[in-house]
Amino acid sequence: MNFQEALFKYLLILGDTSLILGQRLSEWTAHGPFLEEDLALTNIALDTIGHAKTLLEYAAKVENKGRDEDALAYFRNGREYFNVKLVEQPNGNYADTMVRQVFMDAFRYHYFKALCNSKDETLSALAQKAVKEVSYHYRHSSWWIKRFGDGTEESHHKAQNAINNLWRFTGELFTPDESEKIMEEENIAPSLQSIEYLWKEDIQNLFKEATLSIPENTYMQLGGKQGIHTEHLDYILAEMQSLPRMYPDAKW
Amino acid sequence: MKSEKELEEIFEKKLANNEFIEPKDWMPEKYRHHLIRQISQHAHSEVVGMLPEGNWITRAPSLRAKLVLLAKVQDEGGHGLYLYSAAETLGISRDEMIEALHAGKAKYSSIFNYPTLTWADIGAIGWLVDGAAIMNQVMLQRTSYGPYSRAMIRICKEESFHQRQGYEIMMRLALGTPEQKQMAQDALNRWWYPTLMMFGPPDDQSPNTADAVKWRIKRETNDQLRQKFVNQTVPQAEFIGLKVPDPNLKWNEAKKGYDFTPPDWNEFWRVIKGDGPCNKERLAARIKAHEEGKWVREAAAAYAQKHNKEMLVS
Ligand SMILES: [Fe+2]
Ligand SMILES: [Fe+2]
Repeated sequence: MNFQEALFKYLLILGDTSLILGQRLSEWTAHGPFLEEDLALTNIALDTIGHAKTLLEYAAKVENKGRDEDALAYFRNGREYFNVKLVEQPNGNYADTMVRQVFMDAFRYHYFKALCNSKDETLSALAQKAVKEVSYHYRHSSWWIKRFGDGTEESHHKAQNAINNLWRFTGELFTPDESEKIMEEENIAPSLQSIEYLWKEDIQNLFKEATLSIPENTYMQLGGKQGIHTEHLDYILAEMQSLPRMYPDAKW
Repeated sequence: MKSEKELEEIFEKKLANNEFIEPKDWMPEKYRHHLIRQISQHAHSEVVGMLPEGNWITRAPSLRAKLVLLAKVQDEGGHGLYLYSAAETLGISRDEMIEALHAGKAKYSSIFNYPTLTWADIGAIGWLVDGAAIMNQVMLQRTSYGPYSRAMIRICKEESFHQRQGYEIMMRLALGTPEQKQMAQDALNRWWYPTLMMFGPPDDQSPNTADAVKWRIKRETNDQLRQKFVNQTVPQAEFIGLKVPDPNLKWNEAKKGYDFTPPDWNEFWRVIKGDGPCNKERLAARIKAHEEGKWVREAAAAYAQKHNKEMLVS
């Protein structure tokens, strides 16, 4: 894997992860638990898909084969998508969504913060903008985790179930793919090990405050970064890509 | 203390002087009720309207289109919020309004009881439905009730943006591949008459118009607005090579406007009474979201109660 290939693959991991998370979040729009929350989540989806667009634009430029961000988003198959498995997990109930979200927000917050120092100027510019947005996302999802954990018996139960179910997908966030290792060596990507440390500390403190617990001895499910996904991803893509695939010559 | 008659005179005088009526001012009960009905209907329309458009967010055909649509649907929800707040100044709670909607007692704009079947419908809604909404709403910026007027000023700015974006979607389609052009024409065919219905029944069948005009809740009649909309929209359709689906459409030099076929008023009343193509689905979706959100709202309330106490101690 040469530098250009590694950078391209690395950008796809980041871009696809943002895109699939944003796509999942946008499924909530118009169906949220109350109006203010519906708008907040829509706003988070907007930011997240915005990140995906910038990252995929850059990926297309790095690839330099005449594809643009839409070609990358709409004309790759599931095996060519490299998002982490966590983000493709179904929305479920609002606790499922918020637990998935807080895992991702804590990760993205520390990741983008570190990425501000990237040697790659495009990425550091993106990170400086994104870290502001994600710190709001993170406050929002932490706010809910505290309320679910320490709210009613029902909400506590739902949040704990969501954690028990989703914890197995968190290990992948910190397991570097070959392209990430190369980018880390080049001082383009932050070290996942250092992010993992910060992430664990945050999540442990948050869950403690929320009276929620972290499951032990969980086998971590990997594979997303190699394009080996859960069965959910292809349904997301089938829906998302349907129009451009039906009319491949059309411009929208 | 002033007598009711004196209060009414003050109220009438304010109306006559084009002054705003504010929440603390005395107002006739009929005026208050008319406003609650109209503003809450308007708020519900914004929120229910998120459903047909939200239907295409996950399938928007480009990332840019996805972002634009998400932002638009978010705006509509924001309009719902301002309007619920404006209605609350009249002494009704949002819960009461939502309950009335879910019980089928409060109405929302019938246009949202039509399905969004293709991507072109997202263009048609922005161009036609937001366009018609603007015609109705521009005059409401100068409506007599202060909070409603101020909400409408904010809303109108965003609605004109939506209309331009919708027209842009239609233009891209109309100037695109033959299939895209057909998609655009099909959407115009399906949305044209339902949009004309948005201005309400013909003036001679509109029971509330007289009071509404008197109170400056309305400034132009349904038929006047409908005519204005047709005059504005026909050239826009022609400009992008689409055909308004009305064989009788003809410029009338004498009235400086188009003659056009009125919508099918039987269909209008049928949809209002609940038998439109999506009435059941729209209401069911709103009720489902509300019921599934119940434990979420309860968790937030329970937490607030527990932790307010703790904050007092610490
Ligand atoms: Fe609106
Ligand atoms: Fe709008």
